[in-house]
Amino acid sequence: MNSLFPLVVIGVVLFIVLNLAAVLIWVERRLLALWQDRYGPNRVGPFGLLQPLADSIKLFTKEDWIPPFADKPVFVIAPAVIVATSLISFAVIPFSPGFVVADLNLGLLFLLAMSSLGVYSVVLAGWSSNNKYSLLGGLRAAAQMLSYEVFMGLSVMGVVAMTGSFRLTDIVEAQHRVWFVVPQFLGFILFLIAGVAETRRLPFDLAEAESELIAGFHSEYSGMKFGMFFVGEYIGVVLISSAITLLYFGGWLGPFLPGPVWFAVKTFFFIGLFILFRAALPRPRFDQLMSWGWKTMLPLALLNLLVTGALVLVFS
Amino acid sequence: MFSLLRSLWEVFLHSFHRRVTVQYPEEMPYLAPRYRGRIILTRDPDGGERCVACNLCAVACPVDCIALQATEDESGRRYPEFFRINFSRCIFCGYCEEACPTYAIQLTPDFEMGEYNRQNLVYEKKDLMVDGPGKYPDYNFWRVAGVAIKDKDKGAAEHETPPVDLYSLMP
Repeated sequence: MNSLFPLVVIGVVLFIVLNLAAVLIWVERRLLALWQDRYGPNRVGPFGLLQPLADSIKLFTKEDWIPPFADKPVFVIAPAVIVATSLISFAVIPFSPGFVVADLNLGLLFLLAMSSLGVYSVVLAGWSSNNKYSLLGGLRAAAQMLSYEVFMGLSVMGVVAMTGSFRLTDIVEAQHRVWFVVPQFLGFILFLIAGVAETRRLPFDLAEAESELIAGFHSEYSGMKFGMFFVGEYIGVVLISSAITLLYFGGWLGPFLPGPVWFAVKTFFFIGLFILFRAALPRPRFDQLMSWGWKTMLPLALLNLLVTGALVLVFS
Repeated sequence: MFSLLRSLWEVFLHSFHRRVTVQYPEEMPYLAPRYRGRIILTRDPDGGERCVACNLCAVACPVDCIALQATEDESGRRYPEFFRINFSRCIFCGYCEEACPTYAIQLTPDFEMGEYNRQNLVYEKKDLMVDGPGKYPDYNFWRVAGVAIKDKDKGAAEHETPPVDLYSLMP
């Protein structure tokens, strides 16, 4: 019985995350509509809740078109990569004490590694599409990932220095007294910005940029392959929101309510924030994005790490 | 940086604004009385056809969607033998209404005329004709026009003086 428990956890996590990715399509459209003084989808089912179902029926019944000039195997693999890597990252996310697929002692590194592997999907999709706009999208994704992955890793090192462990469970347990967002506020801001860039959401959706690159890396995709990119993107949003919750907002810790509920509440707050970013912020130019990443965010992340390390040394 | 935070906040405040969407099939939008929608042919206050088949509307129509054939009844009144508007071509510009000398052709505040079959959008005279006078309830072209018809000779119309007798020497 005890050996079956991880399987149950895997099943539950997969069920929740995949359904959440579908529901997020509805959540995002409704929230964007709310902030633009519209209603959004409200016809299919109560409050339009069945909209994702209608959308997926549409996607599944569409023609699955592979352009003759595309590099076929890579073209097919690319959408699967982003979904697979994002789902694998959820293996190390602890939803409450004991409710985790694999409580690795290098959980945080695994999370960062897997979420950055997702960029392969975008680069491969852009490359295999054999289309100049897709290629530009892929190039931008690669460059953006290089500039933002660096300080994303560095910004969480402050948390690691204060905890002394890469294990996500330990990081959460270390926040019993005070959430890390208070001592690590700069790190939180840096991680939030890097997280938005990591999921390639607006305002950092330069790989997609429908107004300049006609949807960039997924211009040539249709049907459920196109849908997979979106599933992957929404899983990525959930993942980064959960990571922020775990690292800076005390994960499942909170009074009165049970742990998973607190975790869900905090995660949904950040998902809403992601959607608010999309509703409010304009997309920066590409060189602005790069110079911001290298010239502002990276020094700030280093400074944050330096000061945190010094203070940890002094007080320990 | 500050402007980014401010725009985030201001967009968030829109959560509490009224939504501008009109939930159309349940809640009808307000259409002004002079809205340019479905075209009708009206009758004068006495119930007769106003249209005199002058073809001005067909000439004014920029997309040539109006077709009619003029004819005359036994009392001398001109009227269209058929009057056909192809609404799949009509752009609802209202030029026909402006061109009409007798207020016969009018546009109404109604736009719900969707069809599955394109041919059903070709409206014949029986589809266009309505029983009332439309926007001009008191106007009757034949009563004020200086045209002789049965029961009304030249000079008998309202505000009309009798015609000059060309063969008389009297001033």
